[in-house]
Amino acid sequence: MTKDKKGMSASRRQFLTGAAAVGAGAVAGTVARAAGPDPLITEVQDWANGLGHGVDEVPYGLPIEFEGDVIRRNVPWLTADPISSINFTPIHALDGTITPQGCAFERHHSGAITLKKDDYRLMINGLVDQPLVFTYADLERFPRENHVYFCECAANTGMEWAGAQLNGAQFTHGMIHNMEYTGVPLRTLLNEAGLGAAGDFTDKWVYVEGADASSNGRSIPMEKALDDVLVAFKANGEALRREHGYPVRLVVPGWEGNMWVKWLRRIEVTDHAVESREETSKYTDTLEDGTSRKWTWIMDAKSVVTSPSPQAPITHGHGPLVITGLAWSGRGAITGVDVSIDGGKTWTQARLAKPGEKMALTRFYLDTEWNGEDMLVQSRARDDSGYVQPTKAQLRETRGLNSIYHNNCIQTWHVKTNGEAENVEVS
Amino acid sequence: VAQEGKFGLGRPALPEEVAAWDLDIAPDGRNLPVGSGDVWTGDEVFAENCAVCHGDFAEGAGNWPKLAGGQDTLDRDDPLKTVGSYWPYLSTTFDYVRRSMPFGNAQSLSDDEVYAITAYILYSNDLVDEDFVLSNETFMDVEMPNANGFIVDDRETAEAHFWTDTPCMENCKDEVKITMKATVLDVTPDEVGEDE
Repeated sequence: MTKDKKGMSASRRQFLTGAAAVGAGAVAGTVARAAGPDPLITEVQDWANGLGHGVDEVPYGLPIEFEGDVIRRNVPWLTADPISSINFTPIHALDGTITPQGCAFERHHSGAITLKKDDYRLMINGLVDQPLVFTYADLERFPRENHVYFCECAANTGMEWAGAQLNGAQFTHGMIHNMEYTGVPLRTLLNEAGLGAAGDFTDKWVYVEGADASSNGRSIPMEKALDDVLVAFKANGEALRREHGYPVRLVVPGWEGNMWVKWLRRIEVTDHAVESREETSKYTDTLEDGTSRKWTWIMDAKSVVTSPSPQAPITHGHGPLVITGLAWSGRGAITGVDVSIDGGKTWTQARLAKPGEKMALTRFYLDTEWNGEDMLVQSRARDDSGYVQPTKAQLRETRGLNSIYHNNCIQTWHVKTNGEAENVEVS
Repeated sequence: VAQEGKFGLGRPALPEEVAAWDLDIAPDGRNLPVGSGDVWTGDEVFAENCAVCHGDFAEGAGNWPKLAGGQDTLDRDDPLKTVGSYWPYLSTTFDYVRRSMPFGNAQSLSDDEVYAITAYILYSNDLVDEDFVLSNETFMDVEMPNANGFIVDDRETAEAHFWTDTPCMENCKDEVKITMKATVLDVTPDEVGEDE
């Protein structure tokens, strides 16, 4: 990438405007006075005079053009090819917890395939009493459940193991989305095929694979399969998007995103883990001594401040400041988030927008005052298993630098006196 | 009529259907199809179907995955993880190549071609001699160097100290210094995207 190619982006211009506003001297605790009447108020505006769009204009809408910054982005140098690759959710610009599907991240191994409901088939075979084939229409006739869960790529934050590398929460933490899923519990489908032949479940597995060329086959222990795994066909109220597995995907609450097999075509009950490519070559975590952890399924408690952050600088000058972010845990519900503005010397409990829900994103806020001082902003999540989000140094002590996956370290943003923020590491 | 607790939905899968989709191979070699392929045939098939991305000697081309090399690098700063240096089971190589390779033309290889390619990858990793013939009979004779290189997730014991009732809230450090900055690397794409 060349320097001149970067140019001056929209948000950079916004940032400079904001910095000028700080210089103009809004003083904390003082309500700024208007220099004169505001023409946006005193003059009749077009939108108050003419007509807007009719209801027949947009049968299915996209965000208004002024939100053109809230999009998925990719990092071309991360992968050899954009087909087996990743892009990132613009978490720096979102609020609340539900991820809009249209900008929710994608990770494919052989591209986002087009699979019609009419062409869809789901097979259950292996150690079942009766191997079965379901059509999409069959799946809609089983009793359904609704749940909100996060899907976090195992590699989220993986580029940051060795140091501060990418400058923005979207890039460091955006391999995640959080949706309300509608679907059928996997246990209902397994029961339909009959698990008598499987006998004792303690050493049994299900192997799940997709209809795409990569197949993305993964082994899941029977205990999890019978617990909360969902065969989902709706997300955030509507059908899954093509890139998220249309028409059917697996939802594996709390577990690494790779196991959320998209375009799900087959579920096999086995008496062994298949040890497929995606659980041997990939999604295994190499430790300092050269041995590697396998089957690191759970995503540990994690959080990130989404604003202020490198892509969301402070542009409003001194005074009231909302520090906000996301926290989540694959081990259960978030019970609290602590925020530091001095790089972890002191911590303050943030306010959770709602009580944490199991294996779902939780929004936190710290309503504070900013007087233009340098800040080293951090957040630290806690969950109901008692787990406290560690620092990167703590993770490196147990894992070294080559784990690739499962980096749930505390993130630091350096917010400078002009409101700009940068991804840094601190001692 | 549905059985107890069942809905009577779906229909029995036919043996041909299960055979078409159930291709996964167990680490102990169960489910391997009958067939065979030797190193030299593998060299030819690899040159035709694989070398454009993975190199003539499976050493990798450009950014594409390296399939050979990297022995004894796993505890180094920049480990090279290949079939030879990292993968614990040969079953995974056969299974993955047969189902998902070549990239963009998956499931186009015959079982014998997959045996031959797998034999060639083993040869490229110095794990078999040039006259080796891989078959469903000889499959389990191959020793993978990193077969014992994996442990089951041990976070709950190795990282037990991350579970604590008393995270520090005040005076947690004397001093905080910035030790690394992302802007020094300057590898983040432009906000408005690469294409602009």
